[in-house]
Amino acid sequence: MQLSRDDLLEAYRRMRTIRAFEDRIHEEFAAGEIPGFVHLYAGQEACAVGMCMNLDDNDVIGSTHRGHGHCIAKGCDVTGMMHEIFGKADGLCGGKGGSMHIADLDKGMLGANGIVGGNPPLAVGAALAARNLKTGGVAVSFAGDGSSNQGTTFEAMNLAVVLKLPVIFVIENNGYGEGTGVDYAVGCKDIAARAAAFGMPGTHVDGSDFFAVYEASREAVERARAGEGPSAIEMRITRFYGHFEGDPQLYRADDEVETLKRDFDCLKKFRARVTEASLLEADQLNAVDDQVARLIDDAVRTAKAAPYPGPDALERDVYVSYP
Amino acid sequence: MATMTMIQALNSAMDVMMERDPNVLVMGEDVGYFGGVFRVTEGLQKKYGLTRCFDTPIAEGGIVATAIGMGAYGIRPVVEIQFADYIFPAYDQLVSEAARIRYRSGGEFWCPITVRSPYGGGIFGGQTHSQSPEAIFAHVSGLKTVIPSNPYDAKGLLIASIEDDDPVIFLEPKRLYNGPFNGHHEEAVVPWSQHPMSEVPEDHYVVPLGKAKIVREGGDVTVLAYGTMVHVALAAVAESGIDGEVIDLRTIVPVDIEAIVASVKKTGRCVIVHEATRTAGFGAELSALVQENCFYHLEAPIERVTGYDTPYPHAFEWEYFVGPARVIAALERVMED
Repeated sequence: MQLSRDDLLEAYRRMRTIRAFEDRIHEEFAAGEIPGFVHLYAGQEACAVGMCMNLDDNDVIGSTHRGHGHCIAKGCDVTGMMHEIFGKADGLCGGKGGSMHIADLDKGMLGANGIVGGNPPLAVGAALAARNLKTGGVAVSFAGDGSSNQGTTFEAMNLAVVLKLPVIFVIENNGYGEGTGVDYAVGCKDIAARAAAFGMPGTHVDGSDFFAVYEASREAVERARAGEGPSAIEMRITRFYGHFEGDPQLYRADDEVETLKRDFDCLKKFRARVTEASLLEADQLNAVDDQVARLIDDAVRTAKAAPYPGPDALERDVYVSYP
Repeated sequence: MATMTMIQALNSAMDVMMERDPNVLVMGEDVGYFGGVFRVTEGLQKKYGLTRCFDTPIAEGGIVATAIGMGAYGIRPVVEIQFADYIFPAYDQLVSEAARIRYRSGGEFWCPITVRSPYGGGIFGGQTHSQSPEAIFAHVSGLKTVIPSNPYDAKGLLIASIEDDDPVIFLEPKRLYNGPFNGHHEEAVVPWSQHPMSEVPEDHYVVPLGKAKIVREGGDVTVLAYGTMVHVALAAVAESGIDGEVIDLRTIVPVDIEAIVASVKKTGRCVIVHEATRTAGFGAELSALVQENCFYHLEAPIERVTGYDTPYPHAFEWEYFVGPARVIAALERVMED
């Protein structure tokens, strides 16, 4: 499918929204405004958006502790997300999930997940449900290189092949499982090859290249929709911030992040590509930047002002029913 | 003696044991090069090398299973599971293998492993970084479960755990890593250096497993606690004006039943405090033990002050986390009868 100019502008809007959201969370966290732990997705935007531009609300994604980008790419309300992270009553999950557990049923967002390796098997279940219920939907598991070492991921991949399910395993290889390098922790180095060994197509893409991600994702989604089974895409990417906010990042070279920001920034690459090809004008992109900046400003302002949930909410939603 | 935080004391325990016993090694996620996300294993890889302190992939089931296999053949692994909330993939290995290998082999094999893991709330960690899962380990015959409340005990208990020939779950109250915390979150953070239990010998010593400690003597009511709740209980007793006797259990399996019974027979009243959810929490076991052993000495129903029966909520840190106010209310209730 050829991306229209509107599609490109929408892809840019989502990527820019993620970047602005994360940069702002970084500031607010440093200022002590945000409770809890946050893990920022800045740098990886093209992975989530390149995939999710192929999906609709009928499709399901599962995500990780670094989940803000997946939520935004899948269409979750940015204001509701910000309120959730601040722990407010009108957050997407009533303030009870927080940064690591944002979920949104209507948008096909099965949830961010604080457990490494938590979501791949859930996505397999969502894919099986989609097939049994004939929704036509596919499921996408976003996971990281760290997750690729968990037994749950192996089990999920094998089961998806055995049952030939409409699921796609996206492995965002950002070089580090927390503070330990992929070169050390992933035995065979090639995560896509490992997925392929389970009996599904496994490909690599440059995760900073939106167009490469989009194309690889499109093929995988079409294959899943056609009932041809699962596939895996390893997206090589980097994160611009630490594993968590406050991470001293002693495991990275001094100039590593600066170099990556200069040479490996998916937003810069996207902007250069679409303007040089005269697909979009710089003015259009700048206008998006301004709109996004206002959106984030407003979200933070209202999040700070919003009330916390009342005490009656504490014990609500533990069970569906309880005698 | 040196003044240590709980982090430094735990680090010192592993250092001392690695120095003394070449079969002691440390493994886990980010424990080597990075030194642990809470810095508990800092410097150990540098000092003892890559075979004695090494990083593992993120794979808790595999990490613990490997440790069990090593333990069966003479190694004493000290495993770090980065947060207790991450331990569940390893639960099968702990229950089905570590806890039973001795029993099912008729005593031929055993499993001298220590699984260290930060646990508990008060740090805004939400549902996957704040849980207190001690009861699900206490329930498994064959495992010992240890929970220190200060640097001195942390080091002595960790050395005892490493030297112990049985598998030990060593839960570290992460809110106490850098200082004591009595639940008054609105007050300034206090460093360990202002607490007498931060005076820690630099060499080898042991705090025996299964021995509780009376941290405040009193005659009106026995307060049973462990981990962060020891400090909360002490604050509650001080603020209530009730003459409470606070017992730091230090080990929940084996539990020091003699110390508990002696105290409750003296006071006739008992309040149990823990962070974990209430239903089938370790407080239920303590309550049953007190009832079985002290029934005719009790002057009031036993009170439990616990977390709520919910996942740990992001937005309700200080409603969920047991603070002095809830303990004081329980103390006052038991004193009414």
